[in-house]
Amino acid sequence: MDVILFLIFAIIAVVAAINVVVQTHPISSAVSLIGVMGSLAVLYLLLGAEFIAAAQVIVYAGAVMVLFIFVIMLLNAGAEAKRGRSYMVQVLGVPLLIALLGLLAFFVERLFPRNITVTFGGFTGGTARAVGQALFTTYLLPFEVVSLLILIAIVGAIVLARKEMD
Amino acid sequence: MDAFIVITLIKLAVIAFVLLTAVAYLQWVERKVIAHIQVRPGPYRVGPHGLLQPLADVIKLITKEDMLPSYVNKPLYLFAPFVAVAMALLSIAVIPFGPQIEVVGYHTFMQLTDLNIGVLFVLAVASMGVYGVALAGWASNNKYALLGGLRSSAQMISYELPLTLAIASPLLLSNTLSLRELVGSQAGSILHWNILRLPFPQIFAFIIFVIAAFAETNRIPFDLPEAENELVAGFHTEYSSMKFAAFFMAEYLNMVTVSCMATLLFLGGWEAPWPASGGSNLVPTVIFVIAGLTALYHAANPPRLKDRYTFGGFGLIFLIIAAVFLAPIVQSWLLPLFWFLAKVGVILFAFIWIRGTLPRFRYDQLMAFTWKFLFPVAMLNMLVTSLMVAWFS
Amino acid sequence: MMTAVPISWYLTLSAILFVLGVAGFLFRHSIITVFMSIELMLNAVNLSFVTFSYQYKQVNGHLFTFFVMVVAAAEAAVGLAIILTVFKNRSTLNIDELDSMKN
Repeated sequence: MDVILFLIFAIIAVVAAINVVVQTHPISSAVSLIGVMGSLAVLYLLLGAEFIAAAQVIVYAGAVMVLFIFVIMLLNAGAEAKRGRSYMVQVLGVPLLIALLGLLAFFVERLFPRNITVTFGGFTGGTARAVGQALFTTYLLPFEVVSLLILIAIVGAIVLARKEMD
Repeated sequence: MDAFIVITLIKLAVIAFVLLTAVAYLQWVERKVIAHIQVRPGPYRVGPHGLLQPLADVIKLITKEDMLPSYVNKPLYLFAPFVAVAMALLSIAVIPFGPQIEVVGYHTFMQLTDLNIGVLFVLAVASMGVYGVALAGWASNNKYALLGGLRSSAQMISYELPLTLAIASPLLLSNTLSLRELVGSQAGSILHWNILRLPFPQIFAFIIFVIAAFAETNRIPFDLPEAENELVAGFHTEYSSMKFAAFFMAEYLNMVTVSCMATLLFLGGWEAPWPASGGSNLVPTVIFVIAGLTALYHAANPPRLKDRYTFGGFGLIFLIIAAVFLAPIVQSWLLPLFWFLAKVGVILFAFIWIRGTLPRFRYDQLMAFTWKFLFPVAMLNMLVTSLMVAWFS
Repeated sequence: MMTAVPISWYLTLSAILFVLGVAGFLFRHSIITVFMSIELMLNAVNLSFVTFSYQYKQVNGHLFTFFVMVVAAAEAAVGLAIILTVFKNRSTLNIDELDSMKN
């Protein structure tokens, strides 16, 4: 059952990710990215990370991607035009990327033997209680710093966007 | 494992059927209540007192021509109503309607599934519901629909902030994210419900939650994005027949969901206001007896001739239901269900009442209200709640 | 293997998503799609963090994921505001045309 669920959502994630890269219109890429985030949320649930799965859907898929879609709709970004572009990037890039993927996959298969398996329910320390306790004791300083970061981001976004919409 | 699957499928069928019927009849209740607020009868021709009006509406919506305009973005146009209805139905999956019951020797909860992050799940699904509106507005390729879609989704994500803070405050008192345990922590009497619970009664959080819920579900006074005299029909201008019915259903389902969440978070779920030892088991019987006697009285001197029979029939039905509530064999699950539905019904009535009473906000007033007033108040409420909880424990 | 998922599959999936993100970042011309590929890369890294947290049975990986999500949200907000500004000034979203500091 774990294998079936993993395969279904992994395939959905990869197909949606390919769609993000391949589609010409930004809205289709954005909707495919939402699909990637949704299937990743299910994979987090399989890995026992229930709080992170909920945070992924609430924050990432439900707020950040809404922001993306707003900007695409406001700017009326059209489909990318095919212009005369240099193929140098693709000629060099594609083999290097395939090499990178091959290298990563090779090292992953070498370093993580088959006997370490992921079963649903194998890790129960991902509850909101556990995350909250770690967040407010061990990671208190990063938490406060990150709150300041969000404040700076809010002020920056308002200042930048305000000058345009006047 | 087998019994579990069968029981879950049965629960799924029951909840789906009851929910879809309830949404259709919620529309009937809304039309009747708004009509009586405006001193007119409302639908009363189709069936006794218009009770078959939802059926007529469903038939009309199904048999309307299902257009697919040529200028729309077809994949997104067809996808948006699905998202809206799917997210609306998904959030009902974790709502508990009552305590544990026994069905043919198998113990089960009156809830499809109990997640230990139930509150976060409902919030997550509500966040995803924004996409139904935004993508519908964009895909329609129509400036009114786009404006309505953008305004509506901006409103929904802006009001998610005070909504989340208003949800976080009673969670500090109840100490759990699971919806079932939330109700369990409010057991006792009305003084243990989160709205009146020491160390800090969550009255402000309740009011903020209800206001934010009005905005999340696009109801008056926050329904500018779909008002008919402002933006044609907002984001669902280009939709007809079943797809329009999907958006319509999604709105009512969202209303039901936020009412259930308000009941679970603040009003104690299915707990009675005073314990059964004080006689709270007789309250439903008394209420239905009063309703039945009122209906029979109106049947005796009817305003219209037909009403002699319809009111008489309703009176008899109410008296039979009152008798059913006295039978001890059903009391273990029927009484908590009654209390839950009564509280949800009161909040839904408040939704409908406010729709018939208040004018709507202008869009800039709406956005200024959340960012400049509601969000700071919600933060202040959470701050005071956490201070009081930390002080007294 | 047919009864449980080996942990290397999760990490391979993370690697595939990361490489797809890099491909989008290198080969696309619209600024917004490039930005979305960056988000895809961040998501792939989040999956790795959560997987390692499962392997060592500790919650620290989840905390890192949380911080990455928060930073990505802040970055998306500011980045999209910058994109709006750039669009208002240059009227284009094609990164090939945004190659000079002079207007």
